Amino acid sequence: MTGVEQIVKDKTLTFEQKVVALARYAENSVEVLNISEDTQALREAGIICDLFEGNVPYRPRYILPNYEKFMKEGCKFLQLDPPTNIWEATNYLLIFYKHVPSITTMPVYIGNIDYLLEPFIEDEEEAKLAIRLFFTQLDRTITDSFCHANLGPKATRAAKIILEVERELENAIPNLTLKYNEETPDDLAIEAIKTALATAKPSFANHNMFTEDLGEYGIASCYNGLHAGGGAHTLVRMRLSKLAETATSIDDFFNHKLPHAMTCMADYINERIRYIVEESTFFETNFLVTEGFISKDRFTSMFGLVGLAECVNTLLKAEKLEDKFGHSQIADDLGVRIMETMEAFIHQFESKHCKVTNERLLLHAQVGIGDDINTSPGARIPIGEEPELWKHLKQTARFHKYFPSGTGDIFPFELNAVNNPEFILNIIQGAFKEGMRYFSLYSSDADVIRITGYLVKRSEIAKLDQGIATLQDTVVLGQGQVRNGKVYERKVR
Amino acid sequence: MNGYLNKIIPFSSVDGPGNRTAIFLQGCNFDCIYCHNPETINHCINCSFCVKACPVDALTINRENRQIVFNSNCCIECDACTKTCHRNSTPKYKVATADEIIKEIENYRPFIQGITVSGGECTLQAEFLIELFTKAKEIGLTCFIDTNGSTDLSQQEKLMNLCDGVMLDVKVWDKERHKKYIKADNEMVLKNLDYLVDCGKLYEVRTVVVPELFNNEETVTNVAHKIKNSTARYKLIKYRHLGVRENNLNLTTPTDHDMNHLERLAHEVGCFNTIIV
Ligand code: SF4
Ligand code: SF4
Repeated sequence: MTGVEQIVKDKTLTFEQKVVALARYAENSVEVLNISEDTQALREAGIICDLFEGNVPYRPRYILPNYEKFMKEGCKFLQLDPPTNIWEATNYLLIFYKHVPSITTMPVYIGNIDYLLEPFIEDEEEAKLAIRLFFTQLDRTITDSFCHANLGPKATRAAKIILEVERELENAIPNLTLKYNEETPDDLAIEAIKTALATAKPSFANHNMFTEDLGEYGIASCYNGLHAGGGAHTLVRMRLSKLAETATSIDDFFNHKLPHAMTCMADYINERIRYIVEESTFFETNFLVTEGFISKDRFTSMFGLVGLAECVNTLLKAEKLEDKFGHSQIADDLGVRIMETMEAFIHQFESKHCKVTNERLLLHAQVGIGDDINTSPGARIPIGEEPELWKHLKQTARFHKYFPSGTGDIFPFELNAVNNPEFILNIIQGAFKEGMRYFSLYSSDADVIRITGYLVKRSEIAKLDQGIATLQDTVVLGQGQVRNGKVYERKVR
Repeated sequence: MNGYLNKIIPFSSVDGPGNRTAIFLQGCNFDCIYCHNPETINHCINCSFCVKACPVDALTINRENRQIVFNSNCCIECDACTKTCHRNSTPKYKVATADEIIKEIENYRPFIQGITVSGGECTLQAEFLIELFTKAKEIGLTCFIDTNGSTDLSQQEKLMNLCDGVMLDVKVWDKERHKKYIKADNEMVLKNLDYLVDCGKLYEVRTVVVPELFNNEETVTNVAHKIKNSTARYKLIKYRHLGVRENNLNLTTPTDHDMNHLERLAHEVGCFNTIIV
């Protein structure tokens, strides 16, 4: 059977998923990028990985359109005037989303949705109905959990309605983030926590930290902080856990293996950017650019990493829990040393099309993919080895500052926390004080759970386990993580 | 001054508003038949009975003063020691000063609103509480007490001034049953209930619902009536077998139906701030 036929005959893929898989197959049948032999060797060794972006970059990976502009001015290409009421607002946004590219074909950022809808809320009952239909349509047609909406930091009626509706719907899509700072009133944060216990979202973003690092930003995809009106051309990641296995000693790792891999990966990222910006015509022709919803100058690219914990443990040959990352001062300090080294590299490496970040790449704690074995997301402590919560939070906070384009940790709580949502709010407030950037929670009893960054329903994974096609393409990723990443075994707080 | 400590739980969601560090003191003057942590009732007399029960040598005897030494690093939390103890005590208790406890709390401080002292019966160590609360307040923490209501709080002016809220157990309204199953009178408990409502420091009343032993309807209705005009919440707790000593009573966990019925009774007399756990 050819690859094409394999896709066509796959019983677990929906029609839509087959079309995307076929397009990807076609894209991957040619080689257009200049990739050095060394880089290729690292790619084949699984140390550098572009996360299925495809061989011919023809659209940025993450696009964060300026939806405020759309709401104010409408869109010529889509022949839409500015909306005048809640029905037009929700309808026009849905039309617009359909035309926002990404590597999955579905939008990864759908705006600060509460602020976008607030001006159109007159009658709250009517608004709730419109918002309920809007979110239902999103869940059923944007069949990919990397689609992300933002709320806050200030309270709006819209945010309250959205949180209520999401609590009732219990959908996996879209992903949601509440931008949180001292401007966010407690009652909104409490509503958000209640919704998160029911349906694993929203997560909380440390708004002050992101604003300081990026200025005007949005949270896209899993938890990626990027510039609003821009985005990221590409995300390539380094699997530190595998890289450590190639090092003969800690010195070898710092003096040879790490610098070599970083240079190869950064060159590779630049090559992918070059193709999108200089060859693909995206930035000349796409209506998002020509009408100013995004600007080439607000794009950057992401230098990702996974498996810091396993990397440290391998370098230290740590086998007992008390010697491992997350438990030993020596291990954590080595983790910090690796991050400092990587940050120093990023700060001196030029990437000319990343204007918005002074021609530099941004570090990103990548969440991992389904077939990563023994590789924890970003700088997280491995599942099954979580220390007590207060220690966990303090340890984690040490690493969040290195990742302006996103990192995060996930904490399942017992359902009875619903009786005291302030309990969780205090923990989040403390975590942000300590320097955490992004905090996700869910209830150990809910159907919707957070896999690594995105959301999937346990019931949908169970369906897929039985070989039945599921609506969302991310269910299969969740299934892989459940098998290899022990997602169901996270320590419940 | 020293406090006798059973344990500290860094983050607790069930001991007052928000996230709190819960400090359990050792020693109680009640002896509830359904006690869920009987190992907190008495002080350890160093009889060393439990030492042999420990499978990992976490317990040893100090030859000089014959005291039990507990090594928390090797403890596997198997509870063999507390199950062996005939005195309803634990060899794992700690003697600590308020400063030592505050030092530990500093670790958790960014994440908590305050502390809650519980037991055992914490008000039996009132002087120690005063010192602990004074120091906790200095670092911006609120201080709550979880009590069985056996000491006269109206006479504890200093403590009550430092205390931000009280969780009071009202186990059973009927005097005789209280004597029989709690092994103490409940007159002071009810006096404290009135006092706490009056002074506005009652945060929560707790009643563990045990179907076989008590007239729970009577208790709930009376408590609800007392607190209906205060800000206090009424927490109705299902009796659960977990941690309870062996006895021949075969107590059962009340059904959701039972619990909802009791909650409705509270609502009927005008107390709407209720919660079932
Ligand atoms: S805990 Fe109990 S058994 Fe152990 S020494 Fe103390 S009183 Fe004796
Ligand atoms: S709980 Fe700890 S101290 Fe007690 S018997 Fe078990 S291991 Fe020994």
